[in-house]
Amino acid sequence: MPEAVAHAGRVPPKADAPVREITFGEAIREALAEEMRRDPKVVLLGEDVAEAGTAFKVLKGLVEEFGKDRVIDTPISEAGFTGLAVGAAMTGLRPIVDIMFGDFIALVMDQVVNQAAKSHYMSGGRWKVPMVIRATMGATRRSAAQHSQSLHAWPSHVPGLKVAIPSTPYDAKGLLKTAIRDDNPVVFFEDKISYAKVKGPVPEGDYTIPFGVADIKREGRDVTLVATSSMVQVALGAAAMLEEIGISAEVVDPRTTWPLDEKTLIESVRKTSRALVIDEGSFRYGVTGELASVIAEGAFYELDGPVRRLGARHVPIPFSPPLEDATVPAERDVVDLVRQMCNK
Amino acid sequence: MMAIRLFEERVNDLYTRALMPGLAHLYIGEEAVAVGVCEALQPDDYITSTHRGHGHCLAKGAVPHLMFAELLGKEAGYCKGKGGSMHIADPGTGNLGANAIVGGGAGIATGAAFASKYQGTGRVSVCFFGEGALGQGVLYEEMNLAQLWKLPVIYACENNLYNEYTHYSETTAGDIMARPAAFGVAAQAVDGQDVRAVHAAASAMIDRARRGDGPGFLLLNTYRYRGHHVGDVARDYYRPKQEEQRWMADRDPIALHAAWLLAQGIADQAALDRITEELTAEMDAAVDYAMKAPYPDPGRVDEDIYA
Ligand SMILES: Cc1ncc(C[n+]2csc(CCOP(=O)(O)OP(=O)(O)O)c2C)c(N)n1
Repeated sequence: MPEAVAHAGRVPPKADAPVREITFGEAIREALAEEMRRDPKVVLLGEDVAEAGTAFKVLKGLVEEFGKDRVIDTPISEAGFTGLAVGAAMTGLRPIVDIMFGDFIALVMDQVVNQAAKSHYMSGGRWKVPMVIRATMGATRRSAAQHSQSLHAWPSHVPGLKVAIPSTPYDAKGLLKTAIRDDNPVVFFEDKISYAKVKGPVPEGDYTIPFGVADIKREGRDVTLVATSSMVQVALGAAAMLEEIGISAEVVDPRTTWPLDEKTLIESVRKTSRALVIDEGSFRYGVTGELASVIAEGAFYELDGPVRRLGARHVPIPFSPPLEDATVPAERDVVDLVRQMCNK
Repeated sequence: MMAIRLFEERVNDLYTRALMPGLAHLYIGEEAVAVGVCEALQPDDYITSTHRGHGHCLAKGAVPHLMFAELLGKEAGYCKGKGGSMHIADPGTGNLGANAIVGGGAGIATGAAFASKYQGTGRVSVCFFGEGALGQGVLYEEMNLAQLWKLPVIYACENNLYNEYTHYSETTAGDIMARPAAFGVAAQAVDGQDVRAVHAAASAMIDRARRGDGPGFLLLNTYRYRGHHVGDVARDYYRPKQEEQRWMADRDPIALHAAWLLAQGIADQAALDRITEELTAEMDAAVDYAMKAPYPDPGRVDEDIYA
């Protein structure tokens, strides 16, 4: 990977910036509002994004500040408005499209995969496509199979795209600002449950987080839990439970699946000698497989056992609560598997 | 038109001599469409093109030697050899890119029109597509958006009668002109072999779009003389030889325009011959340049993935 991809510029928060506890959803809104104030080229397109502020109310208040020319309600035409955003991005704007449910990225795949991702390369670097595709992910809302899947592995598989999957309000704000300023198409996945449920410290004002830089959410000695998005909270909960039985778990969050900070993952596992990868995407042919092989290739001689994985069960997400809960990794699953890995 | 014809004849020659890799979809027979439309555009207006795109790119101002270099996969080509025949793109001539996904340019052209309106640049974009793209749903999503938001975009449907190897009547229900009408998009059907008729219709649509009156749809009735691609030689199973011969004999856009120029006394035969001669020399030199140009260094394969 070229250096420039791995380490885009970073703006640290102002040293004296007040820090508040806000939700994941509020952090997303704050990032959008600040970027729209900063750059008139940023426009938002999607279904019910204006007065309704999206089905999740994440964008509430933006249309009042920026007007209907910049916060634009579209027809229910995901391919149509995403394709339009590709052309607008090539010719001077920085559009952000809102894909209400991540499952619907199936409807925009040609625009994202064949148009947005390839235009720069196919043109020998002459056209750029600076756009953000915001999509949700995550199950356990009893929304059934077509409103619950986590499909972040799909765009991660496509050269030309970058993919961010933040887990905390702090990361969400900083990574979304980076996504908007990036000159490439970025797919940005937001966990629906986290919108209201995950709270955390977020500095007021401007800061960005570079892509391709993992974050150690908790330090530990005995096992590395590599976790993404919604699974970071699960990993942190499990780590607290493991501590009580004398297992010290390190939690590493890659924050972007591409570019990927291989170095931090490998270094952590070299130190702890055990690795478990946890991700809410389907277990098969997904993010856990890629991260596990990066670790296995990079830390093989330091490993005390095989790299283990937890992902969503390889089934369409079911509706009935006990069935749905059986599809997504929970703290208990992590604890049980880690105890097995550590013989405790 | 003659430049495109001579360009494409050389593409055919390079391809059949196995000097050009990949696929070549020739525009021969359809020249009046690209020329009539692009002559009505400003240099900084935008186009999106198709797999059959050489004519659009040349008509919008691309230069032959960089086109040939791209077709041969050379570093000097418009896209450093990374795009090839189906993906010529050039910001310098407002070419947003030829697209090998049927209907793939619809979103991009409409988006460029959106940006033009948002930024107040006054630029118009033209989305060229074959009638085969009428089968793609995204085209209708874009036409709906363009009409809702009064975007300066022209949908230029080149009906050469065949989607690859299938007559369009087997794939297209109802009336083509009823499609733009359903969205309230201004539309006109034009003889795509008559360059002046194409130009007049396109100019009116483009002026209207530039004024802020919204998108337009042009149905350009035309014919491709050659195969779907150069290798499509045995074609009688989907269209009779006589049909091809009829179009070439009676409806050739270059011959029709030449006859008009002579009849009007605008040019004499000697002048037309001189133009052909000059263009022939230019095309031969362009091929020569491209043949001699070096291939890209394999080490550059990882460049240009990200901006
Ligand atoms: C989405 C998609 N489906 C199928 C193809 C394969 N294909 C390439 S050209 C073509 C026919 C296109 O017909 P038309 O749009 O009328 O253009 P023409 O070739 O006649 O210029 C097909 C089916 C493709 N490139 N993209």
